[in-house]
Amino acid sequence: MEHPVIEFRNVTKRFGEVAAVVENNLAVKAGEFLSILGPSGCGKTTSLRMMAGFEQPSEGEVFIRGENMTGVPAYKRPVNMVFQHYALFPHLSVSDNVSYGLRQRSPKPSLAELAREVTEALAMVRLDGYESRRSYELSGGQQQRVALARALINRPAVLLLDEPLAALDRKLRREMQIELQNLQRDVGITFLLVTHDQEEALSMSDRVCVMREGRIVQSGSPRELYDKPVSRYVADFVGKSNFFAGPTKDTVISVRPELVEIAANEAVLPEGLSAHYSVKVLNRIFLGENTEYRVANDTLGEFMVLTPRKSERSSGTFEIGDTASTGWRPEAALVLAAT
Amino acid sequence: MTAAPARSRAVTALLVAPAAVFFVFLLIVPLMVVVVFSFGERAPAGGYSPAFTFDNYLNLAARGKAFVNTLTLAPLATLLTAIFAFPMAYFLAVKVDPKWRVMLLVLVMAPFWTSQLLRYYAWIMLLGGKGIPAWLAYIGIADVRIINTPWAVLIGAVYGFLPLMVPPIYVSLEKLDKRLLEASADLGATPIRTFFQVTLPLALPGVATGSMLVFILLMGDYILPQYLGGGKVFFIGNALVDLFLQSRNWPFGAAVSVALVAIMFVTIFFYMRFVLGKTGTRRAALV
Repeated sequence: MEHPVIEFRNVTKRFGEVAAVVENNLAVKAGEFLSILGPSGCGKTTSLRMMAGFEQPSEGEVFIRGENMTGVPAYKRPVNMVFQHYALFPHLSVSDNVSYGLRQRSPKPSLAELAREVTEALAMVRLDGYESRRSYELSGGQQQRVALARALINRPAVLLLDEPLAALDRKLRREMQIELQNLQRDVGITFLLVTHDQEEALSMSDRVCVMREGRIVQSGSPRELYDKPVSRYVADFVGKSNFFAGPTKDTVISVRPELVEIAANEAVLPEGLSAHYSVKVLNRIFLGENTEYRVANDTLGEFMVLTPRKSERSSGTFEIGDTASTGWRPEAALVLAAT
Repeated sequence: MTAAPARSRAVTALLVAPAAVFFVFLLIVPLMVVVVFSFGERAPAGGYSPAFTFDNYLNLAARGKAFVNTLTLAPLATLLTAIFAFPMAYFLAVKVDPKWRVMLLVLVMAPFWTSQLLRYYAWIMLLGGKGIPAWLAYIGIADVRIINTPWAVLIGAVYGFLPLMVPPIYVSLEKLDKRLLEASADLGATPIRTFFQVTLPLALPGVATGSMLVFILLMGDYILPQYLGGGKVFFIGNALVDLFLQSRNWPFGAAVSVALVAIMFVTIFFYMRFVLGKTGTRRAALV
């Protein structure tokens, strides 16, 4: 069997009393786009920094391409990182930033070779002709691309991305998500992205690991995580969900808001629903392609319903204070661990 | 902004006035007097007698030794001070626990609290026949003369001006984004290469500011060469004292002064241009 490109073996990292990463066995497969998803303080950035070599584990070992890299300093590791705020060198031109990694090698590549590589790397991130610019003359999106080119030019075993899109505005973020995905397919380098933004993780990755308090609680394809979360924590963090009391004390029932059907009365609800609940509309948020209702039922309490624009023709729209009927198909209700 | 512009301009004028008066009457006017004097003649009994001649300037070579001493020792001393100050500033800005920083910075500045003269006398003792040369003789290195040589002036300069050099370098190192150092390591640079490729270039504005301060003060200094150079290693400042107070040749002294100011301006101009061109961080350069 092929080695994982990066593998944690029982890695624990403590900062004083606090354990940031606990008995972690993360493994990154060659060629995949993997995201580590979790709230701030879950240990995802610490994990990334242990791969890059900026931190060393308190216990356990880090393997890169099957080689034990525990204790090896960052400058000897075959991985490269795109930093959260890019960390471009302000005293160097774009071209010198991008060629920085190649210039550290010995023997040093020739000037002609460096120039050719830089041109190629900049073309890859669609920044042709920006060689002589300074980093502070560039927009956030352009700086992001320079940071990508600077890392990818070294053809790392894994490209580590630390919340790379957090500093960009929403629209640019969408564009960069698509671009990153295409880039990863084109260069065939393994990408490991760390983020707290579930949308980012779901939209780009082949596989997502959800972290909590230093441990991986679930890992799988975005669709698996969304459709089959193992716990309330995952269901809540990956997408939105409604939670109702479960059959036992340690369980909850989770129903995604877009799987809840809503209609003016029971008669017009679709067939095959497990139960019907009459509700009162408390609030309505128009989101463009969807409308989100917050509704309340005497036994279930408050919950969310998400209706797509398309289905409004049959279901109609509801005003605050209206009564309506809701329900969902049996397979929409998942029984999950309450933790 | 609804305040009347006329009023805000009046307030600005009022705030600027003290500095303006100070500069005009204590800097520009005296400087012009010096320029006018430099074209005059020495009165028979000494002092100034009106004339218009370039003789004083043509005669500058007569004090060439003072110019040569100043223009070799001042840059050399500035360079040495920067070399000694950098590790101190680096240690303070990067390695020391932040809670000790202020105290240690104060300690760096502490020598300034005692009289400069007193400190130079201490060095005369240390560098004189019964000081360091005597200890060296004790371990077998005989006949070392330090006092009244250029070495004594260099040692005194580094010691005396270190407190001026450390803070600006400290500030530029403290501002340095530590993630840039991580980025450099991540891209395969060893710690030493990271220092020369990232840390040093980005600290250069601080080094330039400190060097300017030290260089300007050294160029005009006369106490240091007087005491530690013992009259054998004399600077332009010593030549000026001699010309104005001993031979009372004010016009020639004025010409030497103008030459000194001109050299300072030109040197600083090129130095700043060099440093700014190198770092590209124009905004941070003068901080």
